[in-house]
Amino acid sequence: MWWRSASFILDRQQNDAALRPDTSSTVTPPPPTESSSAMGLPTDHNPNISAYYQTRAAHHAVVTSDWLAQAQAAAAVAHDPPQSTSTADPDKPFSVIDVFNNWRRQPDLAEAVAAIRALAAVIRSSQASTMMQLEIELKKASDSLKAWDTTSISLTAGCDLFMRYVTRTSALEYEDFNSAKSRLIERAEKFGEISYKSRKIIAMLSQEFIFDGCTILVHGFSRVVFEVLKLAAQNKKLFRVFCTEGRPDRTGLRLSNELAKLDVPVKLVIDSAVAYTMDEVDMVFVGADGVVESGGIINMMGTYQIALVANSMNKPVYVAAESYKFARLYPLDQKDLAPALRPIDFGVPIPSKVEVERSARDYTPPQYLTLLFTDLGVLTPSVVSDELIQLYL
Amino acid sequence: MDTRRAPRAVIDPKVRKVGFFAPPELSQPGLPDPIPLPSSSLSPVMIPPPRHSSENLLHHARPLAPTVPGASSVSIEGSVVAGGSYGSSSELFPAPMSPASPSYSSSRFVGGGDGDYCLNGAAVASPGRGGGKAATSFPRGGFESPAAKASSVPASGLTTVSVVNDSSLGIRGREKADNGGGSALEAKDQATNSKQKKDKTTKAERRALQEAQRAAKAAAKAEGNKASGTVTSGTAKPAKAIKPPHKVDNSSVAASEKKGCDRPPEKDRKKDVPQPRMQYDDESRVEKAKRRAVVKQTEARNRVELFRHLPQYEHGSLLPDLEAKFFQLDTVHPAVYKAGLQYLSGNISGSNARCIAMLQAFQDAIRDYRVPPEKTFVRDLTAKISSYVSFLIECRPLCISMGNAIKFLKTRIAKLPLTLSESESKASLHSDIERFINEKIILADKVIVKHAVTKIRDGDVLLTYGLSSAVEMILLHAHKLGKQFRVIIVDSRPQLRGKILLRRLVEKGLSCTYTQINALSYIMHEVTRVFLGASSVLSNGTVYSGVGTACVAMIAHSFRVPVLVCCEAYKFSERVQLDSICSNELGDPEVISKVLGREDVNYLDGWANTENLQLLNLIYDATPSDYISMIVTDYGMVPPTSVPVIVREYRREQLWI
Repeated sequence: MWWRSASFILDRQQNDAALRPDTSSTVTPPPPTESSSAMGLPTDHNPNISAYYQTRAAHHAVVTSDWLAQAQAAAAVAHDPPQSTSTADPDKPFSVIDVFNNWRRQPDLAEAVAAIRALAAVIRSSQASTMMQLEIELKKASDSLKAWDTTSISLTAGCDLFMRYVTRTSALEYEDFNSAKSRLIERAEKFGEISYKSRKIIAMLSQEFIFDGCTILVHGFSRVVFEVLKLAAQNKKLFRVFCTEGRPDRTGLRLSNELAKLDVPVKLVIDSAVAYTMDEVDMVFVGADGVVESGGIINMMGTYQIALVANSMNKPVYVAAESYKFARLYPLDQKDLAPALRPIDFGVPIPSKVEVERSARDYTPPQYLTLLFTDLGVLTPSVVSDELIQLYL
Repeated sequence: MDTRRAPRAVIDPKVRKVGFFAPPELSQPGLPDPIPLPSSSLSPVMIPPPRHSSENLLHHARPLAPTVPGASSVSIEGSVVAGGSYGSSSELFPAPMSPASPSYSSSRFVGGGDGDYCLNGAAVASPGRGGGKAATSFPRGGFESPAAKASSVPASGLTTVSVVNDSSLGIRGREKADNGGGSALEAKDQATNSKQKKDKTTKAERRALQEAQRAAKAAAKAEGNKASGTVTSGTAKPAKAIKPPHKVDNSSVAASEKKGCDRPPEKDRKKDVPQPRMQYDDESRVEKAKRRAVVKQTEARNRVELFRHLPQYEHGSLLPDLEAKFFQLDTVHPAVYKAGLQYLSGNISGSNARCIAMLQAFQDAIRDYRVPPEKTFVRDLTAKISSYVSFLIECRPLCISMGNAIKFLKTRIAKLPLTLSESESKASLHSDIERFINEKIILADKVIVKHAVTKIRDGDVLLTYGLSSAVEMILLHAHKLGKQFRVIIVDSRPQLRGKILLRRLVEKGLSCTYTQINALSYIMHEVTRVFLGASSVLSNGTVYSGVGTACVAMIAHSFRVPVLVCCEAYKFSERVQLDSICSNELGDPEVISKVLGREDVNYLDGWANTENLQLLNLIYDATPSDYISMIVTDYGMVPPTSVPVIVREYRREQLWI
């Protein structure tokens, strides 16, 4: 069904344009995800390679020379060459993007946490003299962050959550602006701290589920999953790990390297051998780029099929995801997402007539997931929506 | 039957202790019982199905019978009666009829008078077993008597008394009939009846039922023991004892609950239960409701067994009758009256429209309301609203959204500060209702449209079923945005409301396909999204919507097409329902037997009263949450599992606004 093309982004812009007159009369505020494109900020990166993927590639250090070459070629074909992302808003004396990129350079810091810290820095350096000004400034900063990479779910969700968490507080009723501001900073830092620690909390929560002698199938490289496995190895659990290769960026190779360093028995499995090995597997562990309203996850390409295979063989599928990845999205099917595109290296030249599916991630519906390990606790998929409703409404 | 019931028969021998039955050991020793066990299922509590109206009518007609004391007249009426829907019993009827008929007539005569009939009736009836049977079948079969159709006398206080007597009489008669070899056929008939009832009654009711059954069994056995020897003394004594409890216990399950003082714990427990809905197979309650009723409702004749607990009335006579009554019903405000008539005639349908019509009628009613002297505003107005609501229920059962709106209005009334003057309170209520309509319905729809439109992409093929105001708005808005999509409207008889939608969409230039529900599985493969409306969404995610919705959702699910249900949050209910049986609405059965504009398909013309034909016109059905991908509501797009969350988080706010 080729006509089911992903026109999600275009649609969204159209909707926003058409709905703008309506919004003044509505009582319920529009969901924050829709307002992301409201800022007229020009996105300064190549639409063919999503910033999401660039971030991933940089973080996971899997950028090979041939990939770079191909990326350059792909970029050259497109309308404008990619610029450096730090020049997003040169007029402003303080650029939230700069701070964000500074934080992002830390290898272990998640994108969303970097954004949260950048936003906290916005409050701190703000010249605003009233609460309303501060709020508007914060909103602008978060919008520019979100616009910096519209395809990253955790970045958008992290910004939204921060806004919710920080601005929805009794501090706004303080008489004195300075005390209110310091309260906000306090809260922002607390939120940053919670987000930073969430990976450790998740690792602790999931230990009970890893039993001696179990075999765990892992897909791609997820820092949370790695944290979980690392803690299990430190706790002297005896288990072995099957790593999928994670084509085309071979993130599985990296995970297997890291695990081998910890003396965990690892077996590398090519992506197409998942069903073949599934009978030996006791549980599947995956990370997530985003957890959506339905309780399903958006994750690296291939997660869906692994979940399908695992579900049909009655193996549990566990997801490790921090709560700042909870997003108010509700994809109905695979194509109902903003696609994050990436180049794919097939090793041989592909004829120009041949189309290549370049989407970097897929959506796994909640019925194929068993449990979600989050810093809020171990949740069933249906609780995600519960939490989201409480957070956002 | 009995093996299943056995383990439950442990509790509460209270009624038995009263001592109107012989002790159990008496009934034990080898008693020549022709039908040993099944007879117990023919218990006294097996209330004949609730054809209350006809019974009333019968009663009014009845005085005729005793005036001619001859056996012939009675037997004639009896046979007419037995020829009713329970054909099985009629076979047994004629043979033992003649010896029993005198006793029958006499007992009825007395019973109608002062209630001292028991001794008399029992003493005479016991020798001839047929007499009991005649009386037994009377209240059930009596439905078909010609008088039932003709007469239109409203129920009165006197009638109810006689109904109670009548059924208890019939029941006692049955004990004897069983004892003396009641037919297996009849037993089976009763059994199915009882089984069904059991499914739907509350625990308290079940217990009362069971007790009474056991009591009856014991009585039957005891009597059977003695019947052979001492006829007069043996039977007369227990019969006397039976009288008071029977009057309460047997005639109605509900009445036994009302005794209350017997078992206070049960009463307490009942308080926790959220107001049980009226079960229309519960005779006495129906009777009571009837007495209050303003609208004269005639019960439909052949009702489907499984749905007897739901109200079903003959639709034809209702509207003209009500219209004729306009100047007599001074208790009902004209605006409410108008809304009721519109519900009845089907001019206003769809739960949003009905809810808005009701609220606006209440607005008018409140505006014209004057506090009567020596009454408080809050209390009297609440009572007034309640009476309006019951009037509306008589016109058409409420849908859940209306129930929620009424709940809202009543909380608002109750929360009115006492310091406000009458006009101020009225103004505040007026604006509250206005706000409810605006925020919970109109604005909610706008938000729903905004959310749902994001799920429509170019090239989509959208399928919808029937007519839903929210879905219509979504489609029109998406069209206004310039999206390229196609709509398939699936429709079904008898309402064919999809045609309304089709007309409106085609007028606006959407490209539409119109098809009947029969073609659903054929058309589904090209569909990319299914948009459905809902009357309500229940707490377990079940979508309660127009009949056929479940079918559409299931087929879509099996084709892996996402199903989006659009429903305003004020329609969410904290109830849980697993099937479409226990709560539903029955429409006019006539409309499904007749096809409009097709004179050639008249196979069922005039068959409505055929006893082996039961027409079922369900209005709603329940779609399990497994088949729903998403619920679009004014709080965003949520999975069906989140409905209880929204109910929990926002219900209070919704009631208070």
